[in-house]
Amino acid sequence: MGGPEVDRLISLLAKLPGLGPRSARRAALRMLLAPEARMLPLAVALAEAARSVRPCGVCGNLDSRDPCSICADPERDASIVCVVEGVGDLWALERAHVHRGTYHVLGGTLSALAGTRPEDLNVAPLLARVGQGEVAEVILALGATVDGASTAHWLADRLRPLGVAISRVGQGVPVGGALDVLDDGTLAAALRGRRPA
Amino acid sequence: MVVFGPNGSGKTNLLEAVSLLVPGRGLRGARMAELSRFGGTDWAVAARFSANGEALDIGTGTAPEGGSDRRVFRLDGAAPRSQAEIGARVAAVWLTPQMDRLFQEGASGRRRFLDRLVFALEPTHARIVAAHDVAVAGRNRLLSEGQADPAWLAGLEDSIARHAVAATAARVGLVTRLNAASMEGATGGFPPARVGLVCPIADRLASAPALQVEDWLREALAAVRPTDAGTTSLGAHRADMTLEDAENALPAALASTGQQKALLIGVVLAHALLIARARGFAPLLLLDEPAVHLDAGRRAALFRALENIPAQVLLTGTDAETFLPLCDVAEGLEAGGGMLRLDARFMPPGPMSDAPEGLY
Repeated sequence: MGGPEVDRLISLLAKLPGLGPRSARRAALRMLLAPEARMLPLAVALAEAARSVRPCGVCGNLDSRDPCSICADPERDASIVCVVEGVGDLWALERAHVHRGTYHVLGGTLSALAGTRPEDLNVAPLLARVGQGEVAEVILALGATVDGASTAHWLADRLRPLGVAISRVGQGVPVGGALDVLDDGTLAAALRGRRPA
Repeated sequence: MVVFGPNGSGKTNLLEAVSLLVPGRGLRGARMAELSRFGGTDWAVAARFSANGEALDIGTGTAPEGGSDRRVFRLDGAAPRSQAEIGARVAAVWLTPQMDRLFQEGASGRRRFLDRLVFALEPTHARIVAAHDVAVAGRNRLLSEGQADPAWLAGLEDSIARHAVAATAARVGLVTRLNAASMEGATGGFPPARVGLVCPIADRLASAPALQVEDWLREALAAVRPTDAGTTSLGAHRADMTLEDAENALPAALASTGQQKALLIGVVLAHALLIARARGFAPLLLLDEPAVHLDAGRRAALFRALENIPAQVLLTGTDAETFLPLCDVAEGLEAGGGMLRLDARFMPPGPMSDAPEGLY
């Protein structure tokens, strides 16, 4: 179409999540029409991020600093650790400004069918952190899927002997949602997770 | 609507296409790759439903971009948030000649039949059963590999327990209401059937609260780990459905092929009325060759019941003559050569039809 360089660019873009071949072609064309403004700054940003961003040695977050800017922030309450499946979940919680403690990124959930086993998860640094006695509470913020729920169950079992408070994120009535449209499973979870008003 | 024509004229294909308009794998339980024409990869089905004066367009098929192994839905032209949104608007129940062997074969076919009846009442049941089965498959895998982490197993057993109790409660609810509807004459004169559930979880739910049954199941699953090598001996996947003649208590497993067929028809007729009452719309009834194996008396009773049922019914058969008793209430379509032709002996097409005359 536009030579091997353009084909390669499109095929690399098309491998990114959320982009198919059609949207990759549109993105490539938009960049090629103004390479100075849209392409070279992107290339520089890509190279810099690839060179400097690494998983944080403490929590597993992606950052150009290690420990990451969340772990290094003195304003953060390091005694409350929120465990998430991936960095995307950490970003979601940060966007919502709902957690002022620190994080731990597991890097996946246990899945017997997909072959993800305990040794494939980033768990040792969390157990070490909790074992040092500086953590008072671990919040398990994993998804409400079969794998998320069984991972939370398994992790709670590993954390319990360390004497730390363990909590799980609530499940149930969504903010702004009505009860009569919820399915039975969600309603049961909401009732099970009720709290004093 | 009656569709007739010789063997291989595409009658069952038509019913299968309609069955795919609701979430699930349709009438044959076929995989995506088996649904397109020979030599092709893409397929699509679209239909307009009309209920209470409102029109609803539903379409499904292979994704326009992204390969033929991904199926997408359209609800009034737009992508629905989830398949449950489709399930909330339409439901379908079917009987096929393969189900004539439902009581000679394993329990899984009977469970699927029962679950389809439950989906029509509670669309979220499909998701609960799927999550349950994922947890069971995971537990089986861990047990068969040996040296499984006990806490991981306990996590999966917790999921099995929660979903098994929810799925069983939904099945019990359906069976209770269905039997009550049958006793109230919901089958419109057709011999009613009584559905039963063989399931230890259901037995416990009859006398204990759900959360207590979950605790029992969690503990029972942990206790059977040593003997459950690669299998899970307790759960919603071990339930079985029984069926008996409500009048003489003859169990389906001992009944003749024709009697069994009549019992299944009795169930779907009562179910159609139950869903119509509970949800305000009746499920589509897809009856593939329903008249086969039925004696003249039962056939006449079936046709009388279908005349009064609130559901839209699609019936197939090889001969138009079989269905002539329905000619005042049903459209007749002859299948053949990849087309459907209106048969003038039957009712003219309804107001929704804007197809060219004589050809669908």
